[in-house]
Amino acid sequence: MTEPVLELSGLSKSFGALKVTDAVDLDLRPGEIHALIGPNGAGKSSLIKLVAGELAADAGSIRFDGREISDLDQIERARLGLTRTFQVSSLIPEFSARGNVMFAAQARRKSIFGFFRQVSRDRELIDEAMEALDRVGLSGRAAVRVSELSHGEKRLLEIAMALAMRPRIFLMDEPMAGLGQEGSAKLIGFLDKLRTQAPILLIEHDMDAVFQLADRISVLVSGKIIARGTADEIRNHPEVRTAYLGEDAA
Amino acid sequence: MPEFVTEHRLNILLALILLGGPLVAHFADEPFLVTLATRATILALAGVGLNIALGLGGLVSFGHAAFFGVGGYAVGILASHHQTYEPLMTSPFVINGTNQMLVLWLVAVLVSGLAALVIGALSLRTSGVYFIMITLAFAQMIYYFAISWPAYGGEDGLSIYVRNAFPGLNTLRPLDFFLLCYAVLIVVLLAQWKMTGARFGMALQAVRQNEGRVAALGLSPYRIKLAAFVISGMVTGLAGALYADLNRFVSPTMMSWHLSGEIMVFIILGGVARLFGPVVGACLFVLFEHAFGSVTEHWQFFLGAALLAVVLFARGGFIGLVAGRVRHD
Ligand SMILES: Nc1ncnc2c1ncn2[C@@H]1O[C@H](COP(=O)(O)OP(=O)(O)OP(=O)(O)O)[C@@H](O)[C@H]1O
Ligand SMILES: [Mg+2]
Repeated sequence: MTEPVLELSGLSKSFGALKVTDAVDLDLRPGEIHALIGPNGAGKSSLIKLVAGELAADAGSIRFDGREISDLDQIERARLGLTRTFQVSSLIPEFSARGNVMFAAQARRKSIFGFFRQVSRDRELIDEAMEALDRVGLSGRAAVRVSELSHGEKRLLEIAMALAMRPRIFLMDEPMAGLGQEGSAKLIGFLDKLRTQAPILLIEHDMDAVFQLADRISVLVSGKIIARGTADEIRNHPEVRTAYLGEDAA
Repeated sequence: MPEFVTEHRLNILLALILLGGPLVAHFADEPFLVTLATRATILALAGVGLNIALGLGGLVSFGHAAFFGVGGYAVGILASHHQTYEPLMTSPFVINGTNQMLVLWLVAVLVSGLAALVIGALSLRTSGVYFIMITLAFAQMIYYFAISWPAYGGEDGLSIYVRNAFPGLNTLRPLDFFLLCYAVLIVVLLAQWKMTGARFGMALQAVRQNEGRVAALGLSPYRIKLAAFVISGMVTGLAGALYADLNRFVSPTMMSWHLSGEIMVFIILGGVARLFGPVVGACLFVLFEHAFGSVTEHWQFFLGAALLAVVLFARGGFIGLVAGRVRHD
């Protein structure tokens, strides 16, 4: 079996008395989509924040490419190629859609200190941004300011920015949220192909999407992984049905 | 609000007015007005410096007078050593005073940049109100240091008996000195304009709008802000250097918190983050001071009223009122 790119073991985090992440073991292998599901407040977003380095873990290890990265901060981890998308779109509001993706392409180059060359004539950045926007179907909206984009368009822009980062792994926090039927269907098709570019740790409430896409599914309840398996295994898992799918499928 | 004029055209017009006014005054034999315009130009430059931190980066520094003063003192101290022919230091190597503006400016920019690096490195670990307070505290520290440092005049300040020299110009003539200051301002504005549209400008504006996002993309907001703060301090320090030569005098008042506040007022009056915001603001300020300062001691009351009006009714300041909101591609 191929070595996992990302490997969490015994990862724990508490907010005061609340154990938001409770000894979580989880890995992500090349080419796969590993879905993380669980009820509201289960600690899914917190787990992504721990992996991305936005939150510091209390205990446990995070290995990326076989290397321990717990001591690296968010910025260093992003530079290694861990790219996350946000559950609530987090964009640069006064920039255009293209400007946001260009900035991601600039960030991938770790480039800050350019003082003269105008980004509006920076063909490399522009071409890369347009390609990423095109892949998510936003190229027609490239010049529109973020603050004037629709909710769904902002969600797609999040994905385009992640693409421009050309990451080693994607950490996606509910990318379908608020996309609507048609938008979700398109994005499912897109993510399905994207996994070959880089594996995806996918948090998603949309069960259709999860069952269609995921190679493996982990179920998180109150900070603990209570079940893990293929789509079929999870669908028929008794604990999952009561703890989670029960309330949802009813 | 309809856009009567593009900001770009407005800027060119403003630049021409600032040049034309003093030229007219010169030929009308009103040297005092030329000097007044020089004062506005230099204060504008100080505001341009702060605008890089405050406008582009959202760093509300309430201590920029520190850099203004440090730049001024760099000039004052070196010039005083030139006057007395006493070297500034003799070991490990000799540093003599000078009266060459180009050298003085370079030193002023380096020293104020260094001050901004130290102050920024510490202050930028905080944000919001704490950042405002800590920058103010640092400026006050430097202010009191200058007051209690007898070697260079202490509270009384330091005189520069003859305005420093610039190759090919007679800096003692008001118009020559104005044109020099004006040229510096324009060059800095052009550089800022380029910078704003370049990668650094993008990074800085992104940090202001969404710092967390920038970090998630693997760029360090701290480094970006620190670099901006240093550049900002350097520009304000350069303005301080010119101000020292304008008055042929430096004193701790250059570093007082009043001045930090005034520099901020220029930006708010003219338009935050607008290239020519501080230019308009400083000109309005100097005109206000000149027009009402002789009539009433309470001219700052009217300034306060004008500020209030801007904050309440014209968020983008003068530039925003005339040219509409900021446009990004
Ligand atoms: N910074 C914080 N301080 C204290 N409590 C927090 C913090 N962040 C999250 N929590 C709590 O931790 C729990 C898990 O939150 P988290 O956002 O990880 O859940 P989630 O599984 O992503 O939920 P959702 O499906 O609603 O997005 C929640 O009860 C939340 O209130
Ligand atoms: Mg969440």
